[in-house]
Amino acid sequence: MSKAIKPASDPTSNEDEEGDRTRLQEIRDNPIVHSFLKSPVAIGSALIVLLMMLAAAFAPWIAPHNPFDLATLDLMDGFSHPMVPNEFTGKTFWLGSDDQGRDVFSAILYGLRISLFVGIVAVLFAVVLGVALGLLAGWRGGWLDAFIMRVADVQLSFPSILIALLIFGIARGFIPATERESAAMWVLIIAIGLSDWVQYARTVRAIVTTEKRKEYVLAARAIGCGPWRIALVHILPNTMSSILVIGTMGLALAIIAEATLSFLGVGVPPTQPSLGTLIRVGQGFLFSGEWWILLFPALTLLVLALSINLLGDWLRDALNPKLR
Amino acid sequence: MTTFIARRLLQAIVVLAVVALISFTMFRYVGDPIENILGQEATQADYNELVDRLGLNDPVPVQYFRFLGKALSGDFGVSYRQRRPVTQIIAERAPATLELAFISGLLALTGGIVFGIYTAINRDSYLSHAIMTGSLIGVSLPTFLIGILLIWIFAVELKWLPSFGRGTVTDLGWWTTGLLTISGLKSLILPAITLGLYQLTLIMRLVRAEMLEVLQMDYIRTARANGLPERKILYSHALRNTLIPVISITGLQFGSIIAFAIITESVFQWPGLGLLFIDAIQFVDVPVMAAYLMLIAVIFVIINLIVDILTYAVDPRARGTQPGSTP
Repeated sequence: MSKAIKPASDPTSNEDEEGDRTRLQEIRDNPIVHSFLKSPVAIGSALIVLLMMLAAAFAPWIAPHNPFDLATLDLMDGFSHPMVPNEFTGKTFWLGSDDQGRDVFSAILYGLRISLFVGIVAVLFAVVLGVALGLLAGWRGGWLDAFIMRVADVQLSFPSILIALLIFGIARGFIPATERESAAMWVLIIAIGLSDWVQYARTVRAIVTTEKRKEYVLAARAIGCGPWRIALVHILPNTMSSILVIGTMGLALAIIAEATLSFLGVGVPPTQPSLGTLIRVGQGFLFSGEWWILLFPALTLLVLALSINLLGDWLRDALNPKLR
Repeated sequence: MTTFIARRLLQAIVVLAVVALISFTMFRYVGDPIENILGQEATQADYNELVDRLGLNDPVPVQYFRFLGKALSGDFGVSYRQRRPVTQIIAERAPATLELAFISGLLALTGGIVFGIYTAINRDSYLSHAIMTGSLIGVSLPTFLIGILLIWIFAVELKWLPSFGRGTVTDLGWWTTGLLTISGLKSLILPAITLGLYQLTLIMRLVRAEMLEVLQMDYIRTARANGLPERKILYSHALRNTLIPVISITGLQFGSIIAFAIITESVFQWPGLGLLFIDAIQFVDVPVMAAYLMLIAVIFVIINLIVDILTYAVDPRARGTQPGSTP
């Protein structure tokens, strides 16, 4: 690939000295990158999300100690205030410690890991399911379309948290009591994913029904493409920018849904606490004055959800300037 | 009108039948109902006897219709955990949830309309900007965090209000109410705000958007040109047309208030249906789960039906969008 492109074809680049555009400038002039660099909110929230994802991914290396390895815990460290050396052991915990002397900062890093993992996998599951069903409904039409969309309508009229709770409850009934703990995270992922596929299906179906009447589809058919090739190769890519936007917003919702379910005590088991579990535990210490056990996990959840939402907002505007 | 109502009624019945099928499937196939009823020490003879008595050897459609028939007469069997009829447990718990939902709904509706009108009329005032920003934060805060925040401020730090339970309740025989005692009312404040805040912001944004749109209309300009007092224009001409969508959304939201009460009840240990449902999920108490599901479905379907019919009756424009209706 050539590094320089002749400037004459692009009138907007005439402020460049010689008119030669380097690869870097080319990237910078991409409308989406350009809009990203122009938006401090987008840069800030992207940085926060990236930082949190890295912190979650590398939690075992970053965290001062493994908060769930009981051998490393010292009860004497219990209830240390943030940034204040413990009165017995003299150890300092950045964000304090809980009743068992567990470092709150480490617990948050490990909790973030589980919250993000459940959120991301649940959204991927919902996207795959929703896109497949939406494509099927929009492309095939007829009774299949009517059936899928009616199921979607009925599901949409109930709050998704209720659906997730219900799926979680049913799944627990099918899983033997001894395996409930180990399966809980996957049950949670399936419950959140199944409660959230509808919006992807509806969006994809709406796009497919308008796209399939366009001329390029006719052209593809004329040169002999099969119906599934047209649907997957020609139409599906047109739904991707909308899916990306809804998926980003959906990630924030999924993380909050996971936190809510874990807070209600029906989420991940206490041996693998997510941010929601930490908040649930922290609530118990509110009355005895140990506010830091609650506050820091709650703030982490809030900042994470808010940053993802802001990023989604920006993405929507950047990908679809007409919506502004 | 009659065909419209008939069609909606038919749809409602289909939805309920499907939910009943899900409930039945849970009831019949999740866990082993016989083992749950008899406990561990039962003999094989006891087991077979109960299977026969409950008719679990009958064809599945027969069992489904028996389940439907019993459900219609309000019989959902016996809770595995509490060993009492589910209907009785639900009747005990329902007043707490309904009172909470009703007060939150009222709060959301009045608060939403008042703030919505204010922010629409005084678009650029500082208070409007503050309210709009506050509402954005209110929407992005998860419900349970709002509850915890309120407990922290008003129960732990200020010690003004209780943080859990219903306070003293008055027993009216078939209904227990917390609305007649001071401690009952004080206990209601924080849960009601927690539950109503999200709906309040939703209604507020809706009222504001509708109001701004209506105020652009020609007939408002005409009313101004005719020299009508501003107050009359705003409250009797503009507001009235704003309220139709607001009422229909509020109606639909009432169902979600009851569902979201699960979270609020869990934060405040409010002894209602939501807490019952969470307990049922934790202990896989299938009859309670099935009954709760049916109850919520019935409430949702009835509310949807009423809202649809009301909108149809009140707003002639809604009729045009119905497929098959003659303009």
